Amino acid sequence: MLTGSASLFVIVFTLVNILACVWLMWWTSKKRDAEETTDSSGGVAKTGHVWDGDLEEYNNPLPRWWLGLFLITIVFSLAYLVIYPGLGNFDGIKGWSMYSAYEREMQAQQARLEERLSQVKDKTLRELATDESAMSMARNLFANNCSTCHGSDARGAKGFPNLTDDDWLWGGSEEAVLETIANGRRGVMPGWAAALGDQGVNEVASYVVSLSGRDAPKDWVSAGEKHFAAMCAACHGVDGKGNQLLGAPNLTDNVWLYGGDFESIRTTVANGRDNEMPAHAPLLGDMKVRLLAAYVLSLNPSRDSGKDSGFDVKENAELSKAETQTADPAGATSTTENEASG
Amino acid sequence: MSEASAVSTTYNDKVVRQFAIMTVVWGVVGMAVGVYIAAQLLWPALNFDIPFLTFSRLRPLHTNAVIFAFGGSALFAASYYIVQRTCHVRLFSDKLASFTFWGWQAVIVAAAITLPLGITQSKEYAELEWPIDLLIAVVWVAYGIVFFGTIVKRKVKHIYVANWFFAAYIITIAVLHIVNNIAIPVSAFKSYVVYSGVVDAMVQWWYGHNAVGFFLTAAFLGMMYYVVPKQVGRPIYSYRLSIVHFWALISIYMWAGPHHLHYTTLPDWVQSLGMVFSLILLAPSWGGMINGLMTMSGAWHKLRTDPIMKFMVVALSFYGMSTFEGPMMSIKTVNALSHYTDWTIGHVHSGALGWVSFITVACIYQMVPKLFGKTQMHSVKLMEVHFWVATIGIVLYVTSMWIAGVMQGLMWRALNDDGTLTYTFVESLKATYPYYAVRLLGGVLYLSGMLIMAYNVWRTVREAKPAEVAVLQPA
Repeated sequence: MLTGSASLFVIVFTLVNILACVWLMWWTSKKRDAEETTDSSGGVAKTGHVWDGDLEEYNNPLPRWWLGLFLITIVFSLAYLVIYPGLGNFDGIKGWSMYSAYEREMQAQQARLEERLSQVKDKTLRELATDESAMSMARNLFANNCSTCHGSDARGAKGFPNLTDDDWLWGGSEEAVLETIANGRRGVMPGWAAALGDQGVNEVASYVVSLSGRDAPKDWVSAGEKHFAAMCAACHGVDGKGNQLLGAPNLTDNVWLYGGDFESIRTTVANGRDNEMPAHAPLLGDMKVRLLAAYVLSLNPSRDSGKDSGFDVKENAELSKAETQTADPAGATSTTENEASG
Repeated sequence: MSEASAVSTTYNDKVVRQFAIMTVVWGVVGMAVGVYIAAQLLWPALNFDIPFLTFSRLRPLHTNAVIFAFGGSALFAASYYIVQRTCHVRLFSDKLASFTFWGWQAVIVAAAITLPLGITQSKEYAELEWPIDLLIAVVWVAYGIVFFGTIVKRKVKHIYVANWFFAAYIITIAVLHIVNNIAIPVSAFKSYVVYSGVVDAMVQWWYGHNAVGFFLTAAFLGMMYYVVPKQVGRPIYSYRLSIVHFWALISIYMWAGPHHLHYTTLPDWVQSLGMVFSLILLAPSWGGMINGLMTMSGAWHKLRTDPIMKFMVVALSFYGMSTFEGPMMSIKTVNALSHYTDWTIGHVHSGALGWVSFITVACIYQMVPKLFGKTQMHSVKLMEVHFWVATIGIVLYVTSMWIAGVMQGLMWRALNDDGTLTYTFVESLKATYPYYAVRLLGGVLYLSGMLIMAYNVWRTVREAKPAEVAVLQPA
């Protein structure tokens, strides 16, 4: 809000400049007998000024269409300044503002969205995953909210987990996936360089390499195993298979969040890692989180295999019972999956 | 005849020759950088992971080089050439004129070193840090003294219309440059601008848009008002049109900056004023086009044989087109679509390549032979080739960016019934990719034209002696 005098200044200055243009048009369109004499051959008169030997000027009248154009823009502008905000603190007779226009549009859009969401709000994740329209919404939500990190095909990138495989950091049950999306996760591994020293880090890294059945220097592996039991097993487990309660990755499956070559593992052991998946419930609301959870689970190949990830087994059984008379649920979901990965 | 009187009876064309040659050099350099970064948008690996070659550092180098090095040198050359001939006197001070040449070149070289090093104020078209800003201010004041000093000692009563535009541009650029760059230095290469938040944004675009309005429009209109009537040998169409479009243009342009900040935290009333004044600007802008094109009317037959005329006609047409497009894009509902898209890039380049650069090329082709005692460039044929190659280049550039821009705007705003966005940003980028290829092709063609001109200019001046032109006595 401007002060009264600042507002008045804006109004006066604006109108003076616009009206000065009108005056300028009027003044230059006036006929001036002294200047309007035609030259000896009967053509349009020149001004009589000559520069640089041959630079002269005619004094043709202003083209009428051009004057008309000028006037139209001025009339339009004055009308606009009456209807819309522009003249200082005067809000315009329509009462329009950028913020109110934004609120209106957002509310209309929100209402449409609420309606669509209310159609699916009572469905289980399993049902959502086989609902074509719910999944098309979920795909768009994923594309605009998740793909920046996890990739448009959900296969992740270094530091961002692949969501299409059977390897879960924090668990792949319905509950765990919902929790991850809604409230976020923070995966922290401390660095061990200070405790282990260079050689110790090499040894632990070698042992970790060997856990996924790959070759590593034998003496380093055996030395590393001892360090591992003392320092790493608390989170990653004695067998190195990880702990989903802590988000500690399974080190035996050769799936790597930060790279699985010796050098990458060495860096991880030495410096640690600190990674965060932000909470999305505050950004998107519960219903969109449910849609996303259903979508992520639908990407998972093990959801029908009876393992402890993917859709709940109990629910799985109920649903397949219900759907034996109608359609093949696996067929329906795999269509969704193909579209998503394609 | 004593040496002193010999000097005062000829024009100072030495400084004009210097600036004219550097116009060609910087034009080639600036546009080559543009082509290089356009190629980076297609093949990002072309920055070779070298910080100095990244898009973010070379883009300001490109804009500064084409606007201030190429455009600036052209304006120095043209204004010095024109003000002497239309005032019928030698420049006010040879020493100061020489200082403006070396000073301006020093600014350009400093820009070419600091920008790739990442030394920047991060203000668009005002990236240069405070020591260079100070040098610019000093050079500009010297420029003003030379120009207005020459006007003051003129031998004719009336001031020619070209000089009105040059005068307005020199005064306004000084004000814009100084106000926008008020900053507190914290080290030799780092300063903080005194404005903050939305005030900073408004001051920046008040500067930014008037740099377009006064540097790239008013000043080049000044150039046009001399080269067009000289080339066609006919009087300016309408003196009174000159008056009304000059005063309307310079008073209205001042208000148009806020249209760069539509739908931001800038208050509604400022946005609206930016929009309505941009609309009112349409007719005053077209006044210059009408005066130029109507001056050529009656000499259209020369288009067949004179490539310089061709450059002028296309320059004025693109001027008219971009000054129509600009007001349209400043309308809030249109801007909601066009803002942040490549449409803006297309708009700028239809003005820069079509208008600014083409009228400059016409000026160079007209001026250079005269500066070296010749009647014509080395090869008219090559001027003809330059014209066609460059024109095709502009058309490819501008149309590809129009299509890309409108497509991006539509993709970004597309919503599904359920309220989710239809496209991700990266999908719009992928859809733009082929148009970046067409844009690159357009840029390569345009740059080829510049190289043809550079060769032609070199052949013209290579064996020629600088001409001493006697000051013409007023009629």
